[in-house]
Amino acid sequence: MSIVQLLFSFLSVLAIFGAIMVLVSKNPVHSVLWLITVFFAISGHYVLLNAQFLAIVNLIVYAGAIMVLFLFVIMLMNLNAEAEPRKHLWMKFAGVIAGGCFLMVLVSLIRQTTELTGKTALMKEGNIGLIKNLGKALFSDYVVPFEISSVLFLSAMVGAVVIGKKD
Amino acid sequence: MTLLAFDWILMVEKLILIAIIVFASLGIALYTTFAERKVAAILQDRPGPNRAGPFGLLQPFADGLKLIMKEEIIPNSSNKALFILGPGLAMTAALMTCSVIPWSSHVELFDRKIDLQIADINIGILYIFGVVSLGVYGIMIGGWASNNKFSLMAALRGASQAISYELAMGLSLIAVLMISGSLSLKTIVDEQMAAGSLWNIAYQPLGFVIFFICALAECNRTPFDLPEAENELNFGYHQEYSSMKLGFYLFSEYINMIMSSAVMACLFFGGYDIPFLNEATLSPNFAAILGLLALLTKIVIFIFVFMWIRWTIPRFRYDQLMNVGWKKLIPLALFNMLLTGALILWKQG
Repeated sequence: MSIVQLLFSFLSVLAIFGAIMVLVSKNPVHSVLWLITVFFAISGHYVLLNAQFLAIVNLIVYAGAIMVLFLFVIMLMNLNAEAEPRKHLWMKFAGVIAGGCFLMVLVSLIRQTTELTGKTALMKEGNIGLIKNLGKALFSDYVVPFEISSVLFLSAMVGAVVIGKKD
Repeated sequence: MTLLAFDWILMVEKLILIAIIVFASLGIALYTTFAERKVAAILQDRPGPNRAGPFGLLQPFADGLKLIMKEEIIPNSSNKALFILGPGLAMTAALMTCSVIPWSSHVELFDRKIDLQIADINIGILYIFGVVSLGVYGIMIGGWASNNKFSLMAALRGASQAISYELAMGLSLIAVLMISGSLSLKTIVDEQMAAGSLWNIAYQPLGFVIFFICALAECNRTPFDLPEAENELNFGYHQEYSSMKLGFYLFSEYINMIMSSAVMACLFFGGYDIPFLNEATLSPNFAAILGLLALLTKIVIFIFVFMWIRWTIPRFRYDQLMNVGWKKLIPLALFNMLLTGALILWKQG
């Protein structure tokens, strides 16, 4: 086992363990903190794939900004385990069935993809995740989707300001 | 069996470097607390600490000993695990920045070329940005876990302040990035060192002012020390903390100050560059030591300015803080970015 494989297994275990802890934690603040752990593990995977830019942007955007807002809301609403509404049994069943279906679709999709059969992830190779190549790809090959998504963000921002404004 | 087949000497070298840099940062932070009290004393025309040792030089050790010896109190109704995690996170986030700062050029020891930088990653600036955005968690988790309304209010203030000023900080960094064309701090410093090129402050005066104000806000320094506004919040987010946990919070603030001074020195003031001196004419080891001293001098000057401001300017009100951040600094940073871009395009013809 090389050090890359060692790191890969460690990060994968950390990510899956963190994801499970997000679900089973009673305290919402703990859930958020475990979710941050998951983001760190995923960023570690990006670094292993030589996509440092994606790794750090993942941390800045998700761990650094979105999760802080989550914490804000949870702390201000003072949610705790007792206040959590009790769900009906049939709702839990429905959740399990829906989740299981989704998992099945995902697994069958990955199994059927011919491009992926018999291939492993390229560690430390490939350079599309580096800032220069990614920027070039985004601003030349994918410039229209990129601009459309930025307009979408702008409209979301304007919407937030309009809703947040006192009248 | 190729388990752990990599350059062990490099590993040892880096570990030693990390140990030196972390302990040096802690040592400098120790004396920054002393300097803070001395600067305050000078500005207020009083002698300041002068009892422990000659000129009071042993005062920081006395303070540290006092903090360690104090009784450790964990409030009964607090969230214990997170209460302990908070100060640790604050300290870790503060120290993590030092890994991408180029402390000096390289030294040559035992036929090895050793870079005096822990990691020269090609996303250095973004890394700093990421670590700064993680620094919020120490404050938020500590404030929330204390289960005290004042602490929670202070934590929320601290977090919203940090998020607001991060934006302007990032925008002012983009302008530096446009000039240097690289995210690696080492490359940025080398470009400023090259013959015939000026320090970035000459090209980015407005960007530097914005960055400096944001650094003050990110370090929770006066006039932006709203999370510690004692007349509104008793003490701030670390109100329930005692002993060395409180010490960690106070200490991480000073380490943040050192690190942001170092980043400012590297981005805008040439890092380890000595003005009017061609380092290539000296032997590498001598040049490295001189460069380190130059960087430390720049850092000390910045820290002094931080303190000078703290003991001169009163605190902002909370709405003023948000106004300055969102309505003044961000548009100004955007304007700076546009101007830089336009000038670069015009120069290219």
